[in-house]
Amino acid sequence: MAAPMLRWCCPGRRFAFTRVGCGSCHRRGPPTGSTSNGKRGQSTVAQQPHITAQKPRKGEREWAAVVGLEIHAQIASNSKLFSGSQVHFAAPPNSLVSFFDASLPGTLPVLNRRCVEAAVMTGLALDCHINRKSLFDRKHYFYADLPAGYQITQQRLPIAVNGSLAYSVSVGRKPSQMVTRTVRVKQIQLEQDSGKSLHDDLRSQTLIDLNRAGIGLLEVVLEPDMSCGEEAATAVRELQLILQALGTSQANMAEGQLRVDANISVHRPGEPLGVRTEVKNLNSARFLARAIDYEIQRQINELENGGEILNETRSFDYKLGFMPEPNLPPLLLYDSGSLPPGADPQQVIDIDRLRERLPELPRVTRERLVRQYGMLPEHSCALLNEVGLLEFFQSVIKETRAEPKKVTSWVLNTFLGFLKQQNLAVSESPVTPSALAELLDLLDRKAISSSAAKQVFEELWRNEGKTPAQIVAEKKLELLQDLEALEQLCRSTLEAHPHVVMDLKRGNPRAINKLIGLVRKATLGRADPTAIKEVLERQLSS
Amino acid sequence: MSVQASPTLFMASASAAVAALSDVITFKRVARLGEDALRRPTGSEMWARAVHLGLRAAARGSRGFTSKADPQGSGRVTGELIQHLERLSLVDFGSQEAVARLEKAIAFADRLRAVNTDGVEPMESVLEDRCLYLRSDNVVEGNCAEELLQNSHRVVEEYFVAPPGNISWSKLDEKQPFPHH
Repeated sequence: MAAPMLRWCCPGRRFAFTRVGCGSCHRRGPPTGSTSNGKRGQSTVAQQPHITAQKPRKGEREWAAVVGLEIHAQIASNSKLFSGSQVHFAAPPNSLVSFFDASLPGTLPVLNRRCVEAAVMTGLALDCHINRKSLFDRKHYFYADLPAGYQITQQRLPIAVNGSLAYSVSVGRKPSQMVTRTVRVKQIQLEQDSGKSLHDDLRSQTLIDLNRAGIGLLEVVLEPDMSCGEEAATAVRELQLILQALGTSQANMAEGQLRVDANISVHRPGEPLGVRTEVKNLNSARFLARAIDYEIQRQINELENGGEILNETRSFDYKLGFMPEPNLPPLLLYDSGSLPPGADPQQVIDIDRLRERLPELPRVTRERLVRQYGMLPEHSCALLNEVGLLEFFQSVIKETRAEPKKVTSWVLNTFLGFLKQQNLAVSESPVTPSALAELLDLLDRKAISSSAAKQVFEELWRNEGKTPAQIVAEKKLELLQDLEALEQLCRSTLEAHPHVVMDLKRGNPRAINKLIGLVRKATLGRADPTAIKEVLERQLSS
Repeated sequence: MSVQASPTLFMASASAAVAALSDVITFKRVARLGEDALRRPTGSEMWARAVHLGLRAAARGSRGFTSKADPQGSGRVTGELIQHLERLSLVDFGSQEAVARLEKAIAFADRLRAVNTDGVEPMESVLEDRCLYLRSDNVVEGNCAEELLQNSHRVVEEYFVAPPGNISWSKLDEKQPFPHH
């Protein structure tokens, strides 16, 4: 038995047993409210909306899942966090490694200013409190890709704390039914990335490449305010967009610039939270939601069968491996009020100046698009969701006289459709913004019909270097401008097909379409169907 | 700023010593450490201090460094703790004498408790009054793969070679399972 409403939340997946209470889906059952989160003993934010519904069927009880995330984003900087070696994705192994990265004795960490600015900007964008004083620690553990035997991080006093991240989930079948959720940001800290290990099981050895060792990471810890894979994936997506808008990280999951660890537990609503397990190193956006949902279901199955949830990574929770980093004094940040006079600008970081220079955040951009162009929220979401699409859209708007709604529709439906069909990025599009703008101008002037415009677009996509006007001329797609000729054609069609006219007069509304079709054929497709309909109706009523 | 004779300073330097030494210990031939413990008090005693730090941190509940070790700080070191330490440090407490030595070392370090630190702010770094230097984001290092690879015992095509997981090479060569007590 499958719970039908789960289809809306996670299309294609069915939770075989009882239903998971997920705030973004319609639920049949008592609302969980805020009591389930309240057991943690902290102040809670009521996350799930109260969707009142029918009582659960006898014998079935609800489960509620709780998901927290630890997100590691590689900082977009030229050099590493504590050394001057280069940050680059693909390079010969161990070529971007300095003596410090290789942990040779006698080397010391020197903090990269750009990384600190990136952390502060991200903290400001997520409404965090920026700690004016933050500290660095060493987290010890043994692994071949960590040459020093410890990672420099900021466990005790990180650079930013107590923020929030807002994201939208759909709560109904219609994409327009969106609801805003927030997840609390526990902290943001600066830490080092480790190297890469390649496991060679055949020869029982591990190959180590330290190019990645020492790259600056922003660890963003999200509190367990999310309740299913979809919410977690949406929150991560929003964070990705924010980081990309700020320029602090390219946040490309495929290239390992954004990695997510999820902490998942399930419990009965109203009861204390369950044992949590960790799903580590999720590095594909698509896989993220599914892996989390899979783990939720696995835990439910385990508990329903009387088993218990074991946390195997508990040993890493032991904080026995921490000590303060003795080589780095506290990191002090200033604002315009506390800047020491006569200080070297290179050596001080002014939070207020960084706040002034923050670029427009995705949430603000989406609201602006809705306000400025009258588009629906889901359209503005779609525009921001594809790299380069917003810029393309804005270029077209600038050059065309057509209405913004028309532009939106063409960009999101036709243009994006063609891109997706051939799996192209916006930057690889054969159609330039100017070409589309010109095409939309022709349409706007009613020089061509919308079906003709689609034909022209297809031609443009073939990228043979012709402009829309040239294509229209070549294919003789111009709309019939001669009204007299149109009237003539309509009249002759009506005369040639008296049965259809009779049919129409007897009350069959679809007969008019047949007539329109006939006239269109007669005009070789160059007349606008609406104009034809208008003329025919006028002629018929007279 | 007044430098107060803070036990925390001692602990910080002790744990630094532990950390430094543990780097060396990691790649020693693990099987032999048990004997060495009697002749050269290195691994066990240093780990005693580390365990003691953990115990103290738990007892004082300070600085958020929680510990699952025995909070009472009693002299007895449980088998579970030994296994945990072995796993964390890759140090093999080879014999009962080593465990006894560890317990003695903990008792020795216990005398830190005699110092009253009420109201004393822990000092985390002797550099706490220094300015943290910020480096500008330029590429000035790297491109010395050849030099770095010379330090490695085994190398494959510009990659460092390490044994799989955290097993030492000697264990792999001897093809023996990792000893446990």
